[in-house]
Amino acid sequence: MDIFIQQVVSGLATGGIYASLALALVMIYQATDVVNFAQGELAMFATYICWTLIHAGLQYWAAFVSTLAIAFVGGVVIERVVIRPVENAPILSIVMVTLGLLVICNSIAGWMWTYVQKPFPSPFPENPFKFGNIVFGAHDLGEIQVTLLVLLCIYLFFRFTPLGLAMRAAAHNPVSSRLVGIRVGWMLALGWGLAAVFGAVAGMMVAPVLTLEPNLMGGVQIYAFAAATLGGFTSPGGAVLGGFIVGVVENLVGTYVGFIGTELKFTVALAMIIVVLLVKPTGLFGTTVVKRV
Amino acid sequence: MSALLDVQALEAFYGRTKALHGVSFSMARGGITTILGANGAGKTTTLRAISRMVRTTGTLRFEGEALERKATEDVVQLGIAHAPEGRGTFVHLTVEENLRLGAWGRRERGSLKDDFERVFGYFPVLRERRRQAAGTLSGGEQQMLAVARALMLRPRLLLLDEPSLGLAPLVVREIFRILRTINQTGVSILLVEQNAALALDLADHVFLLETGRVVMEGPSDVLRRDDAIRRAYLGY
Repeated sequence: MDIFIQQVVSGLATGGIYASLALALVMIYQATDVVNFAQGELAMFATYICWTLIHAGLQYWAAFVSTLAIAFVGGVVIERVVIRPVENAPILSIVMVTLGLLVICNSIAGWMWTYVQKPFPSPFPENPFKFGNIVFGAHDLGEIQVTLLVLLCIYLFFRFTPLGLAMRAAAHNPVSSRLVGIRVGWMLALGWGLAAVFGAVAGMMVAPVLTLEPNLMGGVQIYAFAAATLGGFTSPGGAVLGGFIVGVVENLVGTYVGFIGTELKFTVALAMIIVVLLVKPTGLFGTTVVKRV
Repeated sequence: MSALLDVQALEAFYGRTKALHGVSFSMARGGITTILGANGAGKTTTLRAISRMVRTTGTLRFEGEALERKATEDVVQLGIAHAPEGRGTFVHLTVEENLRLGAWGRRERGSLKDDFERVFGYFPVLRERRRQAAGTLSGGEQQMLAVARALMLRPRLLLLDEPSLGLAPLVVREIFRILRTINQTGVSILLVEQNAALALDLADHVFLLETGRVVMEGPSDVLRRDDAIRRAYLGY
């Protein structure tokens, strides 16, 4: 039982990372109908920026916050410069552009920082917390807190601010949004900025566990896809819940199903994607989008 | 007196297809003008041209200001509110959120409280429904919401595309009654309508559009008595 609880909490911690990245994917998908395959690589890149800032002598949280700001600006600029020109192109073209971005980010990171794994600091204490016989990693608990805080902020932003409302409107109904004076193009750019911020949070939280290297987010991105598919690509809340579910399931299956262990854990995510797509393609909370043509 | 809206030799294109073939008209300040015409005559396209949602040639001036090079968002800022064909409701959002969005393009910022009171005064049912998703409203309520949302801009010109479409006659009469009240507060209205009898009752000036051209215009009292109009659009 103790091990079970430990594994669940640890699963929630990694699940929070999947949730953040899944939320980033879903936000961009909702606004543009495009899955941004480069989301994970942008997160990895942001994590390297944080690493560089820390090594330049910045204190951890100062570097963390600066990285979020840089990621936001970077996301906006990438949308304006790279995505905007293909805005009206067929979806496959845009997907190809995001795949291109993925390769470019990965290569530039390798070129700038090499492919050697780098230790990445955790801002949380080393010593685990003990409750009776149950031991929780401090980084796990901290990670969960950070994720929940980010999710809360973003919920409040979208729910209660005029700008958040305008962004939701632009995502759901661009034509009507223009007719009330919303600059839809800029809302999309802001969406890319925010998505880059979530990604950066995910990257900086996962890097202490996996150690930093250019392929840091490759696996995480697959899990995030599984999370978004499970929760539904049309439901931000669903994607977040999906992230936590995927994290927990991944951990429990790795622990309790003997032949899977750590080597086959990855397959679980892919299997989940396939099962969801077969059984309920819209995901748990997604809705079928009916389009008049 | 300069016209509120002046349209000259307006041509509009969807891809290579020309939908308007040189439409010219001008609209006086403070009035209700209606564009009549059959399906496909170019009524909706004319409104879309004013809102810069379709490629055009020719000139479009609003209070002397050229619109041709402006984006839709900038036209809104001049005080032109467009309740489009199909109402353009944000169905996922609540009634209140829809109304808030209506004020987004407004030049003067500040409290929306008075505006909410004003539109709820016109359409009390929207007050009851304010926390409801707009998609759950009836057709009539959604049309009221479309008009109310447009009013949140505090517009000087209101473009209305077929506000009677698909609605019960009683509801339509109610909406048209309110449109007259709105006009009396100083908002000019450009109305596109298939229901010619209703439109002629409300409007003071009429343009008749046929296959992308203005074929007749005049005060509505005069056109109402015109034999051709009577036979083709009023059916008696």
